[in-house]
Amino acid sequence: MDLTTFLSYCLTGISIGGIYALIAIGYTMVYGILRLINFAHGDIFMMAAYFMIFAMVDFMIPWYLSIVVVVIATVILGVVIEKVAYKPLRSAPRMSIMISAIGVSYLLQNTATYLFSALPKSYPSIDVLNKRITIGDVSTSLVTFITPIITIIAVILLLMLIKHTKVGMAMRAVSKDFETAQLMGIKINDIISITFVIGCFLAALGSILYFTPRPSVFPLSGSLPGLKCFIAAVFGGIGSIPGAVVGGFIIGLSETFIKAAGYSEFSDVFTFVLLVVVLMFRPTGLFGEKMAEKV
Amino acid sequence: MTKKTKLICSVIAAAALIVLLICSYELTDSTSMLRSVLQLGAIYALAAVSMNLLNGVTGLFSLGQAGFMAVGAYTFAIFTIPVDKKAGVYYLYGVADGLADIALPSFVGLIIAGLMAAVLAAIIGAPVLRLKSDYFAIATLGFAEIVRILVASSPFNRITNGSLGLKAIPGFQDLFGFIPAYFVPFIVVALCIAFIVLLVRSSYGRAFKAIREDEIAAEAMGINLAKHKRMAFIISSFFAGISGALLAQFLGAVQSTTFPLAMTYNILLIVVIGGMGSTTGSIISAFLVTAAKEWWLRFLDVEHYIGDFKVPFMRTGFRMVVFSIILMVVVLFWRKGIMGNKEFSWDGLYNFFTGKKAKKAAKAAEGGSIVE
Repeated sequence: MDLTTFLSYCLTGISIGGIYALIAIGYTMVYGILRLINFAHGDIFMMAAYFMIFAMVDFMIPWYLSIVVVVIATVILGVVIEKVAYKPLRSAPRMSIMISAIGVSYLLQNTATYLFSALPKSYPSIDVLNKRITIGDVSTSLVTFITPIITIIAVILLLMLIKHTKVGMAMRAVSKDFETAQLMGIKINDIISITFVIGCFLAALGSILYFTPRPSVFPLSGSLPGLKCFIAAVFGGIGSIPGAVVGGFIIGLSETFIKAAGYSEFSDVFTFVLLVVVLMFRPTGLFGEKMAEKV
Repeated sequence: MTKKTKLICSVIAAAALIVLLICSYELTDSTSMLRSVLQLGAIYALAAVSMNLLNGVTGLFSLGQAGFMAVGAYTFAIFTIPVDKKAGVYYLYGVADGLADIALPSFVGLIIAGLMAAVLAAIIGAPVLRLKSDYFAIATLGFAEIVRILVASSPFNRITNGSLGLKAIPGFQDLFGFIPAYFVPFIVVALCIAFIVLLVRSSYGRAFKAIREDEIAAEAMGINLAKHKRMAFIISSFFAGISGALLAQFLGAVQSTTFPLAMTYNILLIVVIGGMGSTTGSIISAFLVTAAKEWWLRFLDVEHYIGDFKVPFMRTGFRMVVFSIILMVVVLFWRKGIMGNKEFSWDGLYNFFTGKKAKKAAKAAEGGSIVE
């Protein structure tokens, strides 16, 4: 493998890793606050792709407005899911809320199959983002290049929001202790909604970046990326945003290099094996906090 | 009710079920929907009961069911495809050397399928069972996906036939010469479920329930957590493997796409509708869900006209949307499911009809909920 090929693989890996990171943040934030694996998150990501097709192909909205429309629609979808499927179960056992999340994922997949058919639909191409650019010897599309940059900017903004604003402080408080936070006058439901807004915003962004260089979308196209991003979140330590980002990049890079080495069949196996290994030796992930077990 | 009346009731009920089953055989022809729905329902009932043993009774939330079923189905297929058909099935890659002359009877195949799933469960159980609730769920889910990817991958081409899948799997065969093939899945499923019921009622079963209620308290009572969890996991996987093998027999062909994640979800939702922790609930809901999904709701997939008026929404795929909405409604508003975590009993039925139910329910609520 010469240097140019190596660099171009690196770029691809970092790019896909950035997208995984964006989605993994959605998982990790929801888990941090609700202690819920949001199984529907990957399907929200998939729905965002269909919203894009709707906006650009069916309504002929120009791409820059379409992005806004997609982000808004995805955020609304996420918040509605939270209000309808998770909020009524807030005091229920954790297993029920997880089953509810699985139910939502199932519902979204079936709805997408019903509305858009199970056949792959071609994703509208955004010419500006698909433009080829050349850096040194490496030629790539613009979207591959800007994805990691957008990811980093989004993460920095998010970390600033969490560290330095009142909302962020409330979020940290809720994730530490639900009931105490409530006693301190924090409106739990608002904070949870904001978490879902942020998560879905990033998922919509990730969806646009993920599908632009890819030809088509189908109703199950969110489920495997969703699982991988969840693994990225676990790898980095669930509940930790920097952890999710690092996890996303590591999984994106290793996946790309396994594919480059000619074992593309096994790239997903590797991801899952990585999950089991991480859980065995460091169940709280790279940056996760250790939690004492209360009796 | 006295013990004697209950026994008589049970015998009558069992006889009635057998008569109904025989009727379903005698009064329908071999292509009837009722037959395949009942057979498929029985297979799903076994899958659901074995998942319930883990998720409902022991409280280990596993999402690996489809993986173990895939292992069972593939093992069964590999060992039972008739020798003369192997060349046709493996026409592209050729069959692995050791397997070319092996074609076991399906009874042996079923046991081997179960054992294979159990062995795998024992191997992955060692690391995975140490994990806590959601992590355990994700790890088992990851395992199911690994199985699905591996059986379709090229190094196993000569064993699992890669992405082409396996065909020509022998179907159900007449038993002892006088029991028609139609009844075989029911007999196998009934035997397996009987074993699970006996297990749940034994001291092991009580230990499983204790672990579900409170691990720490159970440990303090002298229950060996690791041993019992491992046991529940292995036994559950054994029966998942058998149900997968039965499914392979029923379908006649398996591919890696036969066992997607959606299958685990499907079985989980059967368990939830039946009531987590209730074996009878799982059985009832397996038949109900299978019938609803494969048969009763079929009309939703077809366009209908009332006079000139076209009924809105109805076209391909609508059935699954309605089905998933029903599931969401059950999960959100009827969390106990059909049976809650209670088992079917004649007392319960008697009270249900004589209206003592409200009083009992109040009493049960006082006793505290089960899954915390």
